[in-house]
Amino acid sequence: MELFTAFNVSKSYAAHKALDKVNITVPEQSIFGLLGPNGAGKTTFIRIVNRIIAPDEGEILFNGKKMGDEEVEKIGYLPEERGLYKKMKVGEQALYLAQLKGMTHHDATRKLQYWFDKFELKGWWNRKVEELSKGMQQKVQFILTIIHNPKLLIFDEPFSGFDPINVNLLKEEILTLRDNGATIIFSTHNMASVEELCDHIALINKSKKILDGNVKAIKKTYRMNTFEVNFTGFEEDLRTFLPSSFNVILQKKEDDGSIAKIQLPGNMTTNDLLREIIPHVTVKSLNEIIPSMNDIFIRAVTEQNPITPDLSTIQP
Amino acid sequence: MKKIFLIICREYLTRVKKRSFIIMTILGPLLMAAVFIVPIYLATVSNESKTVAVLDESGFFYEKFKDSENIKFHYLVSDLNAAKQSFAKSDDYALLFIPKTEVSLPENAIIYAKSQVNIMVKSYIKDVMSRQLEELKLEAKIRDIQPSTSGKITMDDILRSIKTNVDISTIKIGSNGKEEKSYPEVSMVLGIFSGILIYFFIFLFGSQVMRGVIEEKTSRIIELIISSVKPFQLMMGKIIGVGLVGLTQFLLWVILTFGLVTIVTSSFSTRFKSKAPTEQFMTGQNQIIYADKPVSTPNPEKNNKDNVNEVLDAINTIDFPVMLSSFLFFFLFGYLLYAALFAAIGSAVDSEADTQQFMLPITIPLIFSFVMAQYIMQEPQGPMAFWFSIIPLTSPVIMMVRIPFGVPYLQVVLSMVLLLLGFLGTTWIAAKIYRTGILMYGKKVNYKELWKWIRYKN
Repeated sequence: MELFTAFNVSKSYAAHKALDKVNITVPEQSIFGLLGPNGAGKTTFIRIVNRIIAPDEGEILFNGKKMGDEEVEKIGYLPEERGLYKKMKVGEQALYLAQLKGMTHHDATRKLQYWFDKFELKGWWNRKVEELSKGMQQKVQFILTIIHNPKLLIFDEPFSGFDPINVNLLKEEILTLRDNGATIIFSTHNMASVEELCDHIALINKSKKILDGNVKAIKKTYRMNTFEVNFTGFEEDLRTFLPSSFNVILQKKEDDGSIAKIQLPGNMTTNDLLREIIPHVTVKSLNEIIPSMNDIFIRAVTEQNPITPDLSTIQP
Repeated sequence: MKKIFLIICREYLTRVKKRSFIIMTILGPLLMAAVFIVPIYLATVSNESKTVAVLDESGFFYEKFKDSENIKFHYLVSDLNAAKQSFAKSDDYALLFIPKTEVSLPENAIIYAKSQVNIMVKSYIKDVMSRQLEELKLEAKIRDIQPSTSGKITMDDILRSIKTNVDISTIKIGSNGKEEKSYPEVSMVLGIFSGILIYFFIFLFGSQVMRGVIEEKTSRIIELIISSVKPFQLMMGKIIGVGLVGLTQFLLWVILTFGLVTIVTSSFSTRFKSKAPTEQFMTGQNQIIYADKPVSTPNPEKNNKDNVNEVLDAINTIDFPVMLSSFLFFFLFGYLLYAALFAAIGSAVDSEADTQQFMLPITIPLIFSFVMAQYIMQEPQGPMAFWFSIIPLTSPVIMMVRIPFGVPYLQVVLSMVLLLLGFLGTTWIAAKIYRTGILMYGKKVNYKELWKWIRYKN
């Protein structure tokens, strides 16, 4: 069941096309990674979802309904460029922003107190924002994003400016939010956190969506039929006995043996590889090399060819 | 609607709580009260004697101007040109010329003086003349009343028929003998004062709006807010909130100034306890008593306190309800018209330093109307005064300069309607610039760019 669907969304500024017929579907209760190089159109897309700007064409459905002002209150948005009124008191400001999200004064106070406790900000309620450290300000902003129990959360580069301890705190909160029913859109360059958190991704490059789908499915599609073999008992080049269709990408000697990366021709399997090498070496381990999101990202962007994995054949 | 209210509240409260607001609120009335009190104080302490030559061609006022402590009168018998020449050579302070009239009583007079005519002297002359004229009219009226018709004549009719409005123009004679007209002081002071007040109000609070927008942009809170509210709501909330701050400040000023002036003048009044003769006259119920009693002719020993009262009287001749309500209108809508433009500028730039190039088109009409104010005062009914008080960008200042001199209602209404339309127009344009501008960072914006933003669909 999808929470959110964008149909054919396009947006252009004067001479520049920021989004070109982008279709994105976000399943409910998932963490969705919105990836892309700088200037690809991610922020434009997020702003359109938030109704900060209107698309030139296309439409956005939220829970099956056309996105309206009411739906916007069900979104929590943490922008990449974020800040607070510096001269205003933290608590006062948090109350103000929570009320702008449609909360009553009473509810906002109660929930803010809970979160301020949880994030160890309790003593800062009556301090001015400029007295807070950057990390603390980020925490306040995070609280303000989730305070009104939104169904959809949009985080634009949420981890920038946090130390590793707080990054973990945040990741845990994000996972808890997902488990409690929220859907999360996550825009980032940090591929490690994508691997760790995201269930689905969409990759936008040069204003077009070039890849989307389930993370595991994408990884399977991007497999290169490449294996890493850890072996002993043979110190010369493996190519001396392997058929020429086997591509030895790398071979190096280590303390307790050698490692080789070998790409097999499309129709071959691990059994074929083993059959070829067992007569010559002692195999200690054999693993398939699964491409990292980072590799996929770079490959997809540099190749510039829209690739959509066939989800009907590969299920996670 | 609830959200715009929240925004207004925040904008209002954060500013009203600032120390600078509180200081301004206290300092303002002190300054304004000084404007009223200092001339009164000076009038009571000035004991330099002034001599006024009187050339009365009408013959009604011979020996009617009594010498007081500060003003001495002597009467000339000559023609105007000779009198002017001898006046230029003499030590006399002023030359009062009352021209001969054929049918009616003379209600016009000219004061020639070497410098700006002292308001006390002028008020004193005006006072004596109007009382003398009222007395003459009343005598004539009583002569006219036939016993048979007396029942139909009410006190009001009599009062209305004898009501006199003496018009004294003053002409400055320079040392080279050149003549130069000068203008009614109180209207002038009030006109220029309210014009300047509007000018400063627009600048002060308009740039507060601009700074507020820039603050939201540079602190990067803007995107967080406009994901909850529409940019237009945020802009209008800010403009209205800051406007209410200005209005609060203004009303506090009026109340505190009024309080201060009342306290100070009442302490003057108790020092010179008396009632103005005109007041006695107007409140009288029995015409007979006043008919045979010499009503006017202030006694010399009463002059000091009369001077004080005259200033207050002069101030009282201004129609304050009209003045105040039109002031509030031009004050508010002038502000609203400009504030939208200030907000648009704030949204288009990244820092206050970048505002220069866009400030020019806004400041030019404002500064222009400020500079024009003194020319408008010399000819408050002229074509230039008319046009600049109609055009929305200059009307808030110029119309306020004109209003104390009396402006036809039709013109005031026309000016108000156009100002209202101007406000809607600038807000519409500003909203379009604002919407795009607040999300633009690190881009040097020029007018071509702004024009593009205005033309964006939504």
